Amino acid sequence: MTDISADIASIREGYLEQARRKRLYGGILLLVFVALMASGFTLADDRNAGGFWDGLPNIFAFPADVIADTWPKLHLLPGHMADYFPALLETINIAAVSTLIGAGFAMGLSMLSTRGLARWPRLIPVFRRAMDIMRAVPEIVIALVLIFVLGGGPVPAVIAIAFHTAGALGKLFSEVNENADLKPVEGLQSVGATWLQRMWLGVVPQVSPNYFSYALLRFEINIRASAILGFVGAGGIGSELKNAMSWGKGRFDEAAAIFLLLFITIVVFDQLSSHVRNLMIAKKGGRA
Amino acid sequence: MTDAALYAEADRLFARKKLAAFGLPAVLLIYLAYVFLAFDIPGLAERARLDNARTLMSDIWSYKTRVAQDNRNGEVVVAIEGERKGEYPPGTEPDWVQMDPAGTRIDLGDGHIVSFFPEGGFTYAMPGRAPIEARLDGRSVVSNVTDAPDWISASNTRFQLETSHGRVSLTRNRTELFRYFPGWELFFFTLDSPYHGASLTQLFGDRIDPTRSNLSGAWHDFWNNAMWRHSDVVWALFETVLMAFLGTFGAAIIALPVAFLAAKNFTPLGALRFGARRIFDFLRGVDGLIWTIVLSRAFGPGPMTGALAILLTDTGSFGKLFSEALENVDGKQIEGLSSTGARPVQRYRFGVIPQITPVLVSQVLYYLESNTRSATIIGAITGGGIGLLLTQAMITQKDWEEVSYYIILIVLMVMAMDSLSGWLRRKLIRGA
Repeated sequence: MTDISADIASIREGYLEQARRKRLYGGILLLVFVALMASGFTLADDRNAGGFWDGLPNIFAFPADVIADTWPKLHLLPGHMADYFPALLETINIAAVSTLIGAGFAMGLSMLSTRGLARWPRLIPVFRRAMDIMRAVPEIVIALVLIFVLGGGPVPAVIAIAFHTAGALGKLFSEVNENADLKPVEGLQSVGATWLQRMWLGVVPQVSPNYFSYALLRFEINIRASAILGFVGAGGIGSELKNAMSWGKGRFDEAAAIFLLLFITIVVFDQLSSHVRNLMIAKKGGRA
Repeated sequence: MTDAALYAEADRLFARKKLAAFGLPAVLLIYLAYVFLAFDIPGLAERARLDNARTLMSDIWSYKTRVAQDNRNGEVVVAIEGERKGEYPPGTEPDWVQMDPAGTRIDLGDGHIVSFFPEGGFTYAMPGRAPIEARLDGRSVVSNVTDAPDWISASNTRFQLETSHGRVSLTRNRTELFRYFPGWELFFFTLDSPYHGASLTQLFGDRIDPTRSNLSGAWHDFWNNAMWRHSDVVWALFETVLMAFLGTFGAAIIALPVAFLAAKNFTPLGALRFGARRIFDFLRGVDGLIWTIVLSRAFGPGPMTGALAILLTDTGSFGKLFSEALENVDGKQIEGLSSTGARPVQRYRFGVIPQITPVLVSQVLYYLESNTRSATIIGAITGGGIGLLLTQAMITQKDWEEVSYYIILIVLMVMAMDSLSGWLRRKLIRGA
């Protein structure tokens, strides 16, 4: 009997020891994290042109200016918004086209880099690496280079966003592909279908709802990206915003219209895409 | 159901599928055609600057050395990229340039030889063609070329010729020659460093500079390289990562408590929940671009502005994600804890947090990687980090080798952050 109670004591001792050690490690990790955050904050503060604590009271100065400029001319706001609507449309078109093109390339790349589906199984790592690189390139890099060559306008933005989208969606698509049922593909192969036919008729119908939902999410991200690229010279609402900003204090009413348009667009597409995706999930759940 | 009804049903299904199969691509095609015209793609060929593309491509993999003569005093300067910090000190010019007060002689290889006239002008001798001569006649530029081929451009004020071996030009003030070499010159050491041109064995051999040891001296000269500014570049990369780090984790710290307010099962009070959710929607909807503009007005350019812009946008995204995760929390664990008499704080700490940790960690780490990219973009707008260096190098429109260097570094940085976040995700979630 004494043996067992001794065992229990030692087990309890061991457990408490383990718990203590775990708490210690957790504490150290937390401490390191807090230290990193604090030192990072001070460093960023030092290297910033204006300090954090100096700037904090001014944080509402610019929004206040914008509102002060807009308030007396509030009746002009709908007109401004109508004026900038074509630019907004261009921004949305850039996002839509680049999502379409990017998703097209992503489809091909994802199939080429999924085991079991790949046309050339040996080249899977090559395509994977290519997608990693495409995903890693920020849109602005390609856009700026292409603006130098092709001149300003929507085309550099489309190419830049599509390039990044192909990499980002390619990875997500290939995860979807991995869960695809291979039986239709085998069936098609047995009747002599080519690789393209196997993919188009055997895989795409299975995965298209998931593809669509990811592409929709990406479209929403790309609207933001295309607005930003406009700001560096690629056309659309971003470049109008840059112009409106450059007119300076006293004439921010047009900038306010653009802010409002951009905000509404992003919120609308955000809600729309999450609504559609929820609908699709509900539909899928209902059928199963 | 009768056979006829079944057939009819099948026919209807086929008809619908046929319509979708042809209608969807048709709609897409119409849309693309509309965009084709709206974006003025046919006019792209006119707007495209192919000469820009050519300079870009050649500049990426090659560098140029410039030999320039001031025609007023006959002074000749040899400099890499034609920049002051790439100037050869007098007496150390490369051996293909022979400095001579009576006329500098430049050997471009393969029998292409250029001689400068000290008073302005040059002759260009090449195999299989009579030498080309251009000189100053009073105030105008004259040459012996009568019918100029397309690689020569001649006018009263300027004469330029470009061959596969180099480019020579003459204006009233200056006789100038560019010769192209493959590679990125002066990447390690600039010409004023004693280590320039030293081989690796020399570096590990006797002291090149007697006042300092080779390794520390070489490191110092490399780190402070005026042409490529390695220290600035490393700092800029670090600043970019710092922006992403501060922004992402700051957002997570702020979003977590507020997410409890937005979750249905933790906040029964509808108004409070509605308020918290609208705050998240607002933060997300305003978007990084607008936040960046607003914040840079208050804080000026720099990493703090970028970090705060990321923080604000992502507080919205995290708030939404976290509150969804909280709504999916299993209530049984919390019930079990309360049955043992746990206080609310303990219930949250041991009942809720362990359940949402995997979602939380994986989302935060995923955003950390994606924010490294955003930080580059925000840096380009607000002026901080590697994004700033990139835009600066692009504005000059000639330092394309630096641009490509930065692009490579950015891609490597993002990929490194990607693997780091993947590694951390695997470590932390398995342990949790």
